[in-house]
Amino acid sequence: MLSGENIVKSVSDLLHQLYAMVGLSAFKGVLDPIVAAHVMFGFISVFVMFLVWMERKVSAHMQSRIGPNRVGIFGLLQTVADAIKLTIKEDIKPVHRDKIPYYIAPIIAFVATFAGMVVIPFDKGMVVQDLNIGLLYIIAITSFTVIAILSAGWSSNNKFALLGGFRSAAQIVSYEVPLVLSLVPVIMMTGTLRLGGIVEYQSQNHWFVLYQFIAFFIFITSATAEANRAPFDIPEAESELIGGFHTEYSGVKFAMFFLGEYIAVIVSSAVAVTVFLGGWLPPFAFLAFVPGFIWFMIKLLLVIYLVMAFRWTFPRLRVDQLMDFGWKVLIPVAILNILVTGFCVLFFGKGV
Amino acid sequence: MTDLLLSQIKVNDESQFGTDDYVVNLGPQHPATHGVLRLIVKLDGETVKETIPVLGYLHRSIEKICENRTYPQCITYTDRVDYVSAMSVNLAFALATERLMGLEAPPRAQWLRMIFVELQRLASHLLWMGAFAGDIGALTPFLYGLRERERILDLFEMTCGQRLTYNYIRIGGVMIDILPEFVPKCRAFLDYFEPKIAEYEDLLTYNPIFLERTKGVGVITPEVGINAGVCGPSLRGSGVSCDVRKQQPYLFYDQVKFNECLETAGDCWSRYKVRMRELRESVSLIRQCLDRLEPGPIETKLPPVLKAPPASEIYSRIESSRGEMGIYLVGDGTVKPWKCKYRCASFNNTYVLDQLTRGWKIADIMAVLGSLDMIVPEVDR
Repeated sequence: MLSGENIVKSVSDLLHQLYAMVGLSAFKGVLDPIVAAHVMFGFISVFVMFLVWMERKVSAHMQSRIGPNRVGIFGLLQTVADAIKLTIKEDIKPVHRDKIPYYIAPIIAFVATFAGMVVIPFDKGMVVQDLNIGLLYIIAITSFTVIAILSAGWSSNNKFALLGGFRSAAQIVSYEVPLVLSLVPVIMMTGTLRLGGIVEYQSQNHWFVLYQFIAFFIFITSATAEANRAPFDIPEAESELIGGFHTEYSGVKFAMFFLGEYIAVIVSSAVAVTVFLGGWLPPFAFLAFVPGFIWFMIKLLLVIYLVMAFRWTFPRLRVDQLMDFGWKVLIPVAILNILVTGFCVLFFGKGV
Repeated sequence: MTDLLLSQIKVNDESQFGTDDYVVNLGPQHPATHGVLRLIVKLDGETVKETIPVLGYLHRSIEKICENRTYPQCITYTDRVDYVSAMSVNLAFALATERLMGLEAPPRAQWLRMIFVELQRLASHLLWMGAFAGDIGALTPFLYGLRERERILDLFEMTCGQRLTYNYIRIGGVMIDILPEFVPKCRAFLDYFEPKIAEYEDLLTYNPIFLERTKGVGVITPEVGINAGVCGPSLRGSGVSCDVRKQQPYLFYDQVKFNECLETAGDCWSRYKVRMRELRESVSLIRQCLDRLEPGPIETKLPPVLKAPPASEIYSRIESSRGEMGIYLVGDGTVKPWKCKYRCASFNNTYVLDQLTRGWKIADIMAVLGSLDMIVPEVDR
């Protein structure tokens, strides 16, 4: 039967035979993660390209346009062409940049978000490393992007970039709080931080979106804000700050910020799918013949579509309104949600 | 000299470690300033301390050029004064010249002028709506606005062959009569367009984020507005009746029914609402004009050489898409105006920007600037 677990098993068997042929069987424990990371990198690169194309098509559809349709069928190769253009264009650097942070920032922005993908289970057993602190790990590693954005804003030696960097620091730090608080009720109910474990819990009960709809709403909102997506895209607000923190970046370095932004969307949507929408589980039991990773991808694309729809329909919030919304609305609601969930777990037991 | 003096001043601790304004140049190349307006913004963190508009990047001395051209030649330049609403400026200049020389256009020409000026108002307000929403961060309404504007431009192109600078309304009438299929096409467009206004309103008007960004932001009180000479929809948002079409009817505006759209709050949202209501009023105005259109001549017979009477002067004003468009002409008996002055709405509307944005956030500059509907060539001329 086609399932994520079987695919992973047969591929790793094949790999281990390959190791044996070149006499590297002893380094199995080191080589396996390296191969997995490369597979993940390849997958993410292609998926981001697809998402960029999808975003352009979605926005075109919403704005009664056609969107890219010249390069490849349905314009599918448009993003490839854009990527080639970005890599071969001249790399313009501001003269008075602060060199080290200027060069490190795009790398951190990319790596920090990409590292979050490691613990996402695409199917039962189809995960690079199912850490027992998976959820905590994702929250921790993705908040590194604030360092990237701050140092990019500071080192560019540009007033708009600095404003964008500070806005972003304030935004990510304040939206991190409701993001974590919205996940706490789920952890309280399942008693595990392992993402695979959370999905297994949902396979015995219902999806968490039914129990924790408020938490789901808070999570999607703060995840959108965390990924600097509209309507919370004030760090790179085009009509105010030109490009915000990436004003002075071009070529590959800009591409890395761009890639990082999309991976952040993927990671937060994947967490939303895993935690609230049942991960790889089919919506109805009789649909179980469809492999789990296909269900996962369908759900992931739906959530990403939702995030894209936000961007193309809403105006942008002002910076103080954004802070107010985070601190005065989302955090109190999230804390109240934790309190109610806590009482429920206490009085009715773990299953609610 | 100043350098010498500065070097002699002893630097004390306070000036060394004191805080300074964060001065940001918005423009002349910036995605949000419409065209090449430059704003020097002094910031304290995100809060605006002062906004200084720097004008003149698009100055083409149109007024002086007009003083060296014959009256009919000037019409070509009026297109460039306000390229988003070129018909209105055409009309303003043609009317001013006609009044100066005591001419009058035949009725059919007057009705045609009204149709085209109101269509132009629709086109201008649509573009404004998109740009304003874009300033606030909603990118989709721009495309919606342009979609319908294209069809208006098609109507213009069908009549006068141009889509931006029409040169259509001439002294003594209009350039050319409309094609027979214009009237049905125009009616079809109006029927198509009217439900679209509701679509824009669904998308924006009561969107909570849009309300947050525009309600209570950039309030023009009637006193401030009148003192600064703010006009048009921007002032009507404050509840001041200032529609030239009502107060000093020109063309046949006294023979058609329409309401002057007034809101009371004076904030960005009111100005937005006034313009959205004006879209509906203009649609009904065009319908009435199409009903009243009768065959007849489209141009009065002009003398071979058009000369203004000696020592004559006129200030003639119309309601352009952006507000009061006044033209002051002084004739000296020759074929050229001795003095030509454009009174443009955008210039006065931009004047209040500093007062409206002090103490607000940097993002509010964009909202207020967008809501004032300014066009840089109209400011600089």
